Amino acid sequence: MAFLDRTARSLLLGELVSGMALTFSYMFKKKVTINYPYEKGPLSPRFKGEHALRRYPNGEERCIACKLCEAVCPAQAITIEAEPRDDGSRRTTRYDIDMTKCIYCGLCEEACPVDAIVEGPNFEFATETREELLYNKDKLLANGDRWEPELARRLELDAPYR
Amino acid sequence: MIDMLLAFLQTPLGILILTVVKALALLVPLLIFVAYLTYAERKVLGSMQLRRGPNVVGPFGLFQPFADAIKMMFKETVIPSGASPLLFLMAPMLTFALAMLAWAVIPVNDGWAIANINVGVLYLFAISSLGVYGIIIAGWASNSKYAFLGAMRSAAQMVSYEVSMGFIMVTVLVCAGSLNLNAIVNAQKTIWFAIPLFPMFIMFFISTLAETNRSPFDIPEGESEIVAGFFVEYSSMSFALFFLGEYANMILMSSMTTILFLGGWLAPFQGTMAGEIFTLIPGPIWFILKVCFVLFFFLWTRATFPRYRYDQLMRLGWKVFLPLSLFYLVLVAGVMLAMGWLPHAA
Repeated sequence: MAFLDRTARSLLLGELVSGMALTFSYMFKKKVTINYPYEKGPLSPRFKGEHALRRYPNGEERCIACKLCEAVCPAQAITIEAEPRDDGSRRTTRYDIDMTKCIYCGLCEEACPVDAIVEGPNFEFATETREELLYNKDKLLANGDRWEPELARRLELDAPYR
Repeated sequence: MIDMLLAFLQTPLGILILTVVKALALLVPLLIFVAYLTYAERKVLGSMQLRRGPNVVGPFGLFQPFADAIKMMFKETVIPSGASPLLFLMAPMLTFALAMLAWAVIPVNDGWAIANINVGVLYLFAISSLGVYGIIIAGWASNSKYAFLGAMRSAAQMVSYEVSMGFIMVTVLVCAGSLNLNAIVNAQKTIWFAIPLFPMFIMFFISTLAETNRSPFDIPEGESEIVAGFFVEYSSMSFALFFLGEYANMILMSSMTTILFLGGWLAPFQGTMAGEIFTLIPGPIWFILKVCFVLFFFLWTRATFPRYRYDQLMRLGWKVFLPLSLFYLVLVAGVMLAMGWLPHAA
């Protein structure tokens, strides 16, 4: 009897039909994907995207060339050279990040005592050549100028948890 | 002037030209249909998986098939060093040519077939069986293990399912009393064969899925096991020809289902009030609508079912479909004979 029952059920394709009904009902559901280049998903204030070097409100760069980020970087993507500036303050003469090496772990950001190097919200920095991904100090400072309002907001939002 | 033209069309040259024009009038829309079938597939699969599908090229992504075609044309045809170049390049052409060839006998409307031959069903069956050669040659000539495995699987699968497909067609032939596709459709004026032969209709549809190597019977391609099966080594236009061939075969099998079971170009509900209104819509439109309906089922099953394992596929073909179709054939023939419903040769 059990055999007959099983055979009849499989011949009547009951399970297949119910499966097809399910997929058909899904056809009219709301899409879960977003229309990416035109719509974007929400980003956490902790999102680790493209790097930026920040400045103080008076325009002075924050980085004091302590090289903690260079030391902590697990991928050894950061290269820093430094010497005293004319006014006697210690500054970097070279601050390079090889974005092709970077693993976006965010340790540089955490190591930084003056919040100079940060990972910003930008993740759309694809380039056509590899060389364009070898960032130098100018590029990083320019990123900082470009994203500063957003960077400040993110640091403020994340401050209670630091 | 018109008399002269008509007289010219009776000459051998005229007949040739007329046939070429007819073939173009069928094949050009067919290829556009194929292109948009790929688009429809991506859209339908997308929405069933809660995605969007192509929506960037042109309004709603409608130009996507053309973008794909242009991309394919500009790619390089890579011939593997171990391959046999002649056979390697012949295989996709064969597949594509066979997929187009079968269309010669498909009647889109009453008498609208390029070749209205009396053995239409046999012709279709023969051409669709030949399709396996393209795949075997491709798998063999690529000189690659995955391609070879895919070709072996595909050959075994297509041969197995053709047996039960043959029996299913015979049931239809018993009911229609003719091998002429035009006559088969006209025999469905009272009732579409899908209704009295419903189990056959379902089995035929499932067999066409296996015959066209569509999911859930896409083990010859089996992306997750043997990369892409018989066409792993193909690129650019030679790949595109396989692709076009596969989709043209899907449309062909859908129109075969339409002709054998869904009354071809006939409007539904004939003989009732609704039927009167439906007959105002011309036959070819009904034909295309029915083909689209069957094609939607192709896409729908792809979105729903996981791939069969190879032994399950063989079990289904030989141990379920073959006895069932044989049994139903005997049943139908017996009932027809007992009730005196057998159609007499017209």
